[in-house]
Amino acid sequence: MTTYASPIGSSLKRVDGPGKISGLEKYAADYYPDNCLWAGAKRSDHPHALIKKIDISPVRNLPGIFAVLTHEDIKGANRVGVPEMDQPVLADCKVRYKGDPVVLVLAENKTLLQEAIDKIIIKYEPLPAVFDPEAALAENAPLLHENRNNKNLLLGGKVIRGNSIAAMSECDAVVEADFQLPWQEHAYLETEAGVARVDEEGILEIIASTQTPWRDRNELAYALGWPVDKIRVIAPYLGGGFGGKDGITVQGLLGLAALHSGGRPVKMWNSREESFLSSTKRHPGQVHYELGCKNDGTLHALNCRIVLDTGAYASLGGPVLALAMEHAAGVYRIPHALIEGFSVYTNNPVGGAFRGFGAPQVLAGLEQVMDILADKIAWDPLAFRLKNAVMRGDETGAGVWMSNSTAIIPCLEKVQEHPLWTSRQTWVSQAPPYKLRGVGIAAGLQGTGYGPMVADIANAKIELLPDGRFRIYSGVADMGQGNNPTNVQIAAEVLGQTTDCFELIQPDTLQTLPSGSSAASRTTYSYGNALKAAALQLKERILTRACNMGMGLYAEDLLLSSGRLYHLPSRREITLGLVAASMRPEERISIYSYTAPVNRYPDKINPDIRAAGFPHRVFAFACHLARVQIDELTGEVEVCDYLAVTDAGKVLNPQLYEQQVQGGAVQGMGYALWEDFKLDRGELLTRNLATYILPTSMDVPDILSIAVETVEESGPFGMKGIGEIVINLALPAIANGIARAVGQHIFKSPLTAEQLLLILEMRPAK
Amino acid sequence: MKIAFKLNGIRQEVDCLPDRRVVDLLREELGYTGTKEACGSGECGACTILVDGVSKLSCLMLAAQLQGRSITTSEGMSLGKKLHPIQQAFVDKGAVQCGFCSPGMLMATVDFLQRNPAPDRQQIRAALSGNLCRCTGYQKIIDAVERAAAEMRDEL
Repeated sequence: MTTYASPIGSSLKRVDGPGKISGLEKYAADYYPDNCLWAGAKRSDHPHALIKKIDISPVRNLPGIFAVLTHEDIKGANRVGVPEMDQPVLADCKVRYKGDPVVLVLAENKTLLQEAIDKIIIKYEPLPAVFDPEAALAENAPLLHENRNNKNLLLGGKVIRGNSIAAMSECDAVVEADFQLPWQEHAYLETEAGVARVDEEGILEIIASTQTPWRDRNELAYALGWPVDKIRVIAPYLGGGFGGKDGITVQGLLGLAALHSGGRPVKMWNSREESFLSSTKRHPGQVHYELGCKNDGTLHALNCRIVLDTGAYASLGGPVLALAMEHAAGVYRIPHALIEGFSVYTNNPVGGAFRGFGAPQVLAGLEQVMDILADKIAWDPLAFRLKNAVMRGDETGAGVWMSNSTAIIPCLEKVQEHPLWTSRQTWVSQAPPYKLRGVGIAAGLQGTGYGPMVADIANAKIELLPDGRFRIYSGVADMGQGNNPTNVQIAAEVLGQTTDCFELIQPDTLQTLPSGSSAASRTTYSYGNALKAAALQLKERILTRACNMGMGLYAEDLLLSSGRLYHLPSRREITLGLVAASMRPEERISIYSYTAPVNRYPDKINPDIRAAGFPHRVFAFACHLARVQIDELTGEVEVCDYLAVTDAGKVLNPQLYEQQVQGGAVQGMGYALWEDFKLDRGELLTRNLATYILPTSMDVPDILSIAVETVEESGPFGMKGIGEIVINLALPAIANGIARAVGQHIFKSPLTAEQLLLILEMRPAK
Repeated sequence: MKIAFKLNGIRQEVDCLPDRRVVDLLREELGYTGTKEACGSGECGACTILVDGVSKLSCLMLAAQLQGRSITTSEGMSLGKKLHPIQQAFVDKGAVQCGFCSPGMLMATVDFLQRNPAPDRQQIRAALSGNLCRCTGYQKIIDAVERAAAEMRDEL
């Protein structure tokens, strides 16, 4: 008899590993259909200008050029985006940032394509441009989008609790600071890519590197004027996403190209430079904090003003702002708070979804202010956080109710008792010559799912195949986090199978069911809940049918195992293939639709902010610790040790959990220290990986991960999403460590060696 | 021009422009898409292949440079269905997430372990510092290389 193994909680190997490491797994970038054309865009080199004339005559008749398309060739609304559809597939009357696509060229190969793009002449009439979000809010600022009541304000709102202005004057200590947070480039290894074609039946089929196949399909239908039921979007494994493929990247251009390629397939694959130019980035932020407490260490009042630069188009700039506001009071009880938020259009590149989704920007500010305030009242920074941390049933300063599992206090306690914390003074005092050392901590949270107004739905589908194996139809794209391999683990647990009894279909609007985006720390939480229920339903059907087949009277006497079913009292067995043969095809397919719970409580939140996703119900929590060492001669910062303590519920797979913790912390270190995205009047200065510096294996330490395993009763097997909480705290933990080493906080990130050196040189001589 | 070389042990003869990039030749002409491209300028290591056993960046090589050489890509590392010990260690140790850097990491590791069969973690970090990964934070890749080195030493 095959051993029954319980896969949940074990480090089951990812089923996608062998294909990927052998180079056999096909990503969207790896498709080269026979007879395919290459498509590429001529992009704007003005940040804001009217298009006066597009001269395609130099290229129209060049050999190897198949088609040259402008907005006039688009039959639909020529607008994509969600929730605001404001971004043209090809610019029509004007361009709004340096990088806006204006002309689309289809050519026989990449070389001819680039030559043609370079030869196209576009005449512009430059318009006044605005690059600073505060300036864009001014009365006479140039308008990005005409006919908007709120002009350049994409979304604005307030959260008001108590009376923070009056309460601030009651505080014994108050700290005020202004933070500047930079853009961050996703820099996934696979740049935006895909292939598309229109088949004989008029189906526009797009294989793309996308986190949102279902949403793309709807947007493409609207933008291109092609019937939605004649569009199929397939999302193979992505070569990274992190939010940068949460929505249309090349899909609009690809779809348009395929509609004008005479039935030939079309391929697009952005160069790294074009990816930097055209992709969304983490929103840069200007965040003002004023935080006050009493002498007994109790937080009393918070004023916070958040301004996010969403660039030329909305993308997810509204929801990102809503989450920034929701996370702005962090994990603390604060009775009086005023949190104001503004997401503003400018002529800069587009801000969009990026792992953390607004939380990293605000937690960077809050957690530094927490440290400064603790020092001011002479409290230990960890004790100060513990004193004010929320428990289940509390409200955060932002008025967000902690209705579900809440283990920030255990996270803080784990750090408090850890040797990296308890031995910090000794470690700091042992700094080698010309080195300064400091230890910093930061705490925070991250909501799971879409918030109260957009239903977070996943539709799972699983099939018992005629040969007794199972097929899972994954509804949510896998950008590398391993949610789809985890689907196998979940189904294996429910159905008592080993993982080799499963095959996995990646998201495909023809075969799988709509299940939302690969985003918001929701992929395993939402789809996993749906799949668990679908698999249970299928299990019951299998057992019932086996009873019908004479395998005993009672389903509870039956045991499902790999490819087989046993009658325990008699030890008789039959194959699942035999059971499958006695089921109708539709009976062998089990579908379950899951909707994630939300907090609907009435509150004082501006309805627009609510609509954008405020508040969440389920949160993950974490406390991070960084030990940093600064070179006094170069200003270079080394992260020597790093501890991440996380409450993301029960751990389904320790190895995949650690993958998220380690990868997220390192991406956060990049944000904190090296990823210095530079723009000058809308012109990109860091255009590629030579000038935009990602962390390498030499730059980062091993990450120590501790899981505080609460049971989140709404999650499958007690889990919560881990994907985003892991990135939120590297910047403030490192910044706090640096401040303790050099005696001064730096409010502008990244915390570059140049900045450090300047501070070190300004110090009075020893 | 006609260029003859060995690819994963099989003799190939292609007729192409001498300045065609090797990464394009492999992916577009020969269908070996395991070799990835992620920057096109030698910054990221995703396109790493072995040329006569030495790791090279195929986005910076031209087709003519392949004449008479022996090339290995990630597809050539597994014998039949069995993974190479380094590939197996990457899978077992969770070193693969999105996987787009993985073939390049693999090829860089093969070269490195030939030169240093018993490296410590810091040496592994230095050896792979030309290969960017945006998912893993590198830790499990280092774990995998350590494991692979140990297993391959045991086999000797």
